[in-house]
Amino acid sequence: MTQLPTHTDKKLGLVIDLDTCVGCQACVTACKGWNDQGYGAELSDQNPYGSEPSGTFLNRVHSYQVQPDVGAAQIVNFPRSCLHCEDAPCVTVCPTGASYKRTEDGIVLVNEDACIGCGLCAWACPYGARELDQAVGVMKKCTLCVDRIYNENLPEEDREPACVRTCPTGARHFGDFADPESHVSKLVAERGGYDLMPDLKTKPTNKYLAPRKKDVPQEASLLAPLLDIQATGFAGWLDKVLGKLG
Amino acid sequence: MNPAPSVILFTVLSGMGFGLLAFLGAGFVQPVGWLAFAHWGLGYALAVGGLAASTFHLGNPQRALRAFTQWKTSWLSREAWAAVLTLLLLAPVALSDWLGLGWPRTIGLVGALACFGTVFTTSMIYAQIAAVPRWNNWTVPAMFLSFELTGGALLSGQTLPALIGCLALIAALYAHKAVGDVAFAKRGQTLGKATGLHIVGAASVFEQPHTSPNYLMREMIYVVARKHVMRLWPIAFGAAAIVPAVLVAVLPSHPLIFALAALGHLTGALASRWLFFAQAEHVVGLYYGQRQG
Repeated sequence: MTQLPTHTDKKLGLVIDLDTCVGCQACVTACKGWNDQGYGAELSDQNPYGSEPSGTFLNRVHSYQVQPDVGAAQIVNFPRSCLHCEDAPCVTVCPTGASYKRTEDGIVLVNEDACIGCGLCAWACPYGARELDQAVGVMKKCTLCVDRIYNENLPEEDREPACVRTCPTGARHFGDFADPESHVSKLVAERGGYDLMPDLKTKPTNKYLAPRKKDVPQEASLLAPLLDIQATGFAGWLDKVLGKLG
Repeated sequence: MNPAPSVILFTVLSGMGFGLLAFLGAGFVQPVGWLAFAHWGLGYALAVGGLAASTFHLGNPQRALRAFTQWKTSWLSREAWAAVLTLLLLAPVALSDWLGLGWPRTIGLVGALACFGTVFTTSMIYAQIAAVPRWNNWTVPAMFLSFELTGGALLSGQTLPALIGCLALIAALYAHKAVGDVAFAKRGQTLGKATGLHIVGAASVFEQPHTSPNYLMREMIYVVARKHVMRLWPIAFGAAAIVPAVLVAVLPSHPLIFALAALGHLTGALASRWLFFAQAEHVVGLYYGQRQG
């Protein structure tokens, strides 16, 4: 049903650390790799080796230049995927009940067998988290790797979303936001994790951590310690003699 | 938003069709025999044709019946119900007119109201979307209902209702343009706010996440040339409301005049609906640096 649950037992989601993300796109690749062969229809590509390749991805990494009032500009890499909102507008607009939010863990999923591919949920999502697969005509979105996180056939360390498991810099964290003692809840509390576009009242579960303040750039030359060397021994004698000749 | 022909035809044709059915149902015009068949047939053809066009953009139209299940939350589902119930409700009235059965008109009046209810649900499919500020306001239902009133009055040959409709439509189109033109800026969303990076400094796109357009960009980041907008708005106002109003007010009341006025109205309605989609900006464009915000 497309009525949102009033309460979810868990609030599973991601914390994305914009300070740590280096924009390597490994999460994009890992996401596509995993979700291409398990849950639901595969993520198709159109003209993948042509001049205008296009395809379905559940995670995209943007790169922004941010110019602070003082100091040099910074590059911030910005992964964007489904935020598994508490008040998910994509769920309530769905006419068929294909789009739903799970009561047990708050994950927003699409029942592809019921999806008519009208695209209204993608319109309703402010974050561009949903993409209509062009080959099968059903809506695809982040499942929080629901087929990994509970999968007892996988070693325990692999029971987290593929993007989190693969991130080489630890910029992505997975956990339960309903538990104030969880790793993700603590991170959000410590670093002031924030919601994207909070005024749209979607109450996203995923949180973002802002880039930390950069150090003040060094004004002095890096070679400064080398410029003031006093020559000793033979070099010192030579220095003295040559100085007299000059 | 992408001005897809399927959704433009769907909203314009079904709006006109339900408008005509409303006037027929309420008994403004009561044709008999085959003339009744032609009138009701045109109304049903437009309404059903429009609804059929809406299925063209579905990825899996064979499952369209499932769209009747979620009326509790989804305006699209409510629209499906409203449309089917209205068409069924008016069927006996149409039959009575055609075959001269003389059945009471009470159902027709209820059906006429249901026609306006149906178009209201259509408009709410768009007006409910907070991520598209241009749509997310009262002017959308006002515009859709004015189109329905005008289209229905013209097709059923009603001079006074047509003039009222044209005036309402001019007001609604103006309101939609005026409110819509500033809606995105008024919402105050920027790339900085959408990413939260405004707390660090002024954010701009350094590199896009993909090298060629994806579904999001094709569907929701439609960029319309300013010169087209400047040309199409006068066409929308003129053809949809001003020209029909002048035609029915000045020239004698003749079916051909109404047909001409209705054709003009249809052209204007298509132009205005194209603008309705093409000019609507989705906030996801902010992430791609393609919105003024």
